[in-house]
Amino acid sequence: MSAALQIPLDPRDRGGPAQPLLLVENLRKHFPVRGGILNRQTATVQAVDDVSFSVRKGETLGIVGESGCGKSTTARLLMRLIEPDAGDVIFDGDAVGDRRGISVNDMRRQMQMVFQDSYTSLNPRMTMVESIAYAPRMHGTPRREAIDRAEMLLHRVGLNPRQYARRYPHELSGGQRQRVNIARALALEPRLVILDEAVAALDKSVEAQVLNLLGELKESLNLTYLFISHDLNVVEYMSDRVMVMYLGRVVEAGPVESIYRHPRHPYTRALFASKPTLDPDRRTTEMPLTGDPPNPINPPSGCRFRTRCAFAQPRCAERVPELLAPVAGDADASHVVACHVPEAQTPKHHTTEVGHA
Amino acid sequence: MPDGSMVQGPVLRVEDLTVRFTRRDTDVAAVNGVNFSLNAGETLTILGESGSGKSVSLKAMMGLLPGYARIDGRIWLNGRDMLTLPEAELRKVRGGAISMIFQEPMAALDPVYTIGEQIAETIVQHEGCSKDTAWKRALGLLEQVKIPSAARRLKNYPHEMSGGMRQRAMIALALACSPSVLLADEPTTALDVTVQIQILLLLRQLQQELGMAIVFVTHDVGAAAEISDRIAVMYAGRFAETGTTRQIMRQPLHPYTKGLLASTVHGGMRGTRLETIPGSPPNLAHLPPGCAFAPRCRYAVDACRQGDIPVVTDETGHMARCVRVEEAVPA
Ligand SMILES: Nc1ncnc2c1ncn2[C@@H]1O[C@H](COP(=O)(O)OP(=O)(O)OP(=O)(O)O)[C@@H](O)[C@H]1O
Ligand SMILES: Nc1ncnc2c1ncn2[C@@H]1O[C@H](COP(=O)(O)OP(=O)(O)OP(=O)(O)O)[C@@H](O)[C@H]1O
Ligand SMILES: [Mg+2]
Ligand SMILES: [Mg+2]
Repeated sequence: MSAALQIPLDPRDRGGPAQPLLLVENLRKHFPVRGGILNRQTATVQAVDDVSFSVRKGETLGIVGESGCGKSTTARLLMRLIEPDAGDVIFDGDAVGDRRGISVNDMRRQMQMVFQDSYTSLNPRMTMVESIAYAPRMHGTPRREAIDRAEMLLHRVGLNPRQYARRYPHELSGGQRQRVNIARALALEPRLVILDEAVAALDKSVEAQVLNLLGELKESLNLTYLFISHDLNVVEYMSDRVMVMYLGRVVEAGPVESIYRHPRHPYTRALFASKPTLDPDRRTTEMPLTGDPPNPINPPSGCRFRTRCAFAQPRCAERVPELLAPVAGDADASHVVACHVPEAQTPKHHTTEVGHA
Repeated sequence: MPDGSMVQGPVLRVEDLTVRFTRRDTDVAAVNGVNFSLNAGETLTILGESGSGKSVSLKAMMGLLPGYARIDGRIWLNGRDMLTLPEAELRKVRGGAISMIFQEPMAALDPVYTIGEQIAETIVQHEGCSKDTAWKRALGLLEQVKIPSAARRLKNYPHEMSGGMRQRAMIALALACSPSVLLADEPTTALDVTVQIQILLLLRQLQQELGMAIVFVTHDVGAAAEISDRIAVMYAGRFAETGTTRQIMRQPLHPYTKGLLASTVHGGMRGTRLETIPGSPPNLAHLPPGCAFAPRCRYAVDACRQGDIPVVTDETGHMARCVRVEEAVPA
């Protein structure tokens, strides 16, 4: 977009290509649950519990996992829309919110987010073009310039500014609103974009357009993505590495090929086995994953998946499994899994028969 | 009025539905002649372009469009025309005989009431039962849609739930009064595939138990394959093609349907550029004459750009609104 960003080295780059753009260490968020007549805190939801990962410059990290496992909460913690209970977030070498690091405001200029709920994330009283131009204007871009750029961004996400620029959120379809949200996230020329179910509301041809567009923008603007989605095919298409979450914790992470070809955690295997068949003559008749998702207020001890896992052993209840590389020789050491069961630790085993409870 | 459930024939029949939004400087032709009928226990899936009028059609069936919307046509629900019902009657039907799962749960759920209050209130309003009974039913519904620790979740406000849990709460709300027609607007989009398949199996089971008819809107071809008897593909406010699930997935006729299926991301496509349909969706304020898809269609000929496009239906009921199909499939 702007000429300055065309040159390969971003002037905002601090630590060079080897330094992760984002480093997350032991991130934790427990929400208080209130109840009773005095509305006292009666329990806590362990939404995000001890989550660590890193995102390299220029890569796309996909995040998948069960509904309610803490993906959006993780994203909101990174954006500091909610305060973490514990943990560090380090953006290009600078600790976010630390006196010697980077302020939350400066971080937000470089990190933007597209929210899952397209409706509530747009101001109902602003036209589309005003919504997109809003943040740049707050950061000092002159009005005319901000509006021109907003119209160009609308065009880039496939919405003709002449038709849509002056519409209000309720006058757009769900997919159209989501594209406006993408345009808005790009308006500040961020370095990292968190896409939380950003394409879920789009039809397949627009989705393909937006995914192609995200790919192009990534190249031309040197972007790094955190890509949260329930669509396993889209995550495979977009991501360089994938992280699998279950009930507030990371259970498996690694390069996309390795995760998709040799999923090792029983939950990951059940997840892949639940993909719709795409064949009306061979409909799914049984659920690959049975049992209720456990209660995040009082999660199982040890491995949180054990209550639904066909391979659970006594020690699964005793110790929290660590994220570890496989013990066997030829496997990719960057593919880590948190599971006590030896099958998960030796790669290249049956990939579908696991997880049927 | 006769009891709706006793009426023979389709539970829902939509005839020539059109919706225009006329206001200020805009005149948007959102729905331009939708026709279908649905029997008890049947599922019709509407696939289609983003902005093609799927949600607007469903909202018209629920009587939920804003006052400035101009609605024409007929929407027969159990033999009564929804479009002529007085508001008081409509309120009884809505959430009772016909109910809807909305695309955006946050916009449909009331932020100031807990999930339990909202479900119980709906049940009390429609069935006049006691609050206590209603709360018990609400609890059962949350369990039915697989919300963990349902009793506690009843006391949650919508913002305290994850996206997927809100969506399941919406589904529970829609099922509260055992509707005969369920309109489901992208009900599984926000869910992970393990829960998605649970919900699809649940809907299939409820359908068998209650004989409920479902209109299912989705962008997910996989979900459509799992649940639908028939699929309609919508473009610019009209059905471009309808057929059985197999026909649409295996022998699509309309070029838009083909384009849509071709742009679907499958496994193992990393590193390739995705196929898209060239051009952009039509401006609904100035629809082109003839076929609305013609400007983007690589098979378009002169006949596509004028007059009404004939509907071609073969003996199995597979319908396509396309000039070129007629050449291939003599009617
Ligand atoms: N403000 C809040 N107060 C209390 N609990 C909350 C709050 N926000 C989220 N939670 C809880 O935290 C957990 C994680 O929610 P989160 O939205 O991060 O899930 P998610 O992985 O994004 O799920 P989905 O795929 O359904 O969007 C859930 O149990 C949710 O109910
Ligand atoms: N209140 C309104 N005023 C003006 N135009 C509207 C209004 N509501 C919807 N529209 C327009 O009507 C068209 C159909 O909208 P609708 O919400 O039905 O699309 P959809 O098929 O559900 O799309 P999606 O898949 O993106 O949800 C869109 O072009 C939209 O911009
Ligand atoms: Mg979420
Ligand atoms: Mg819609």
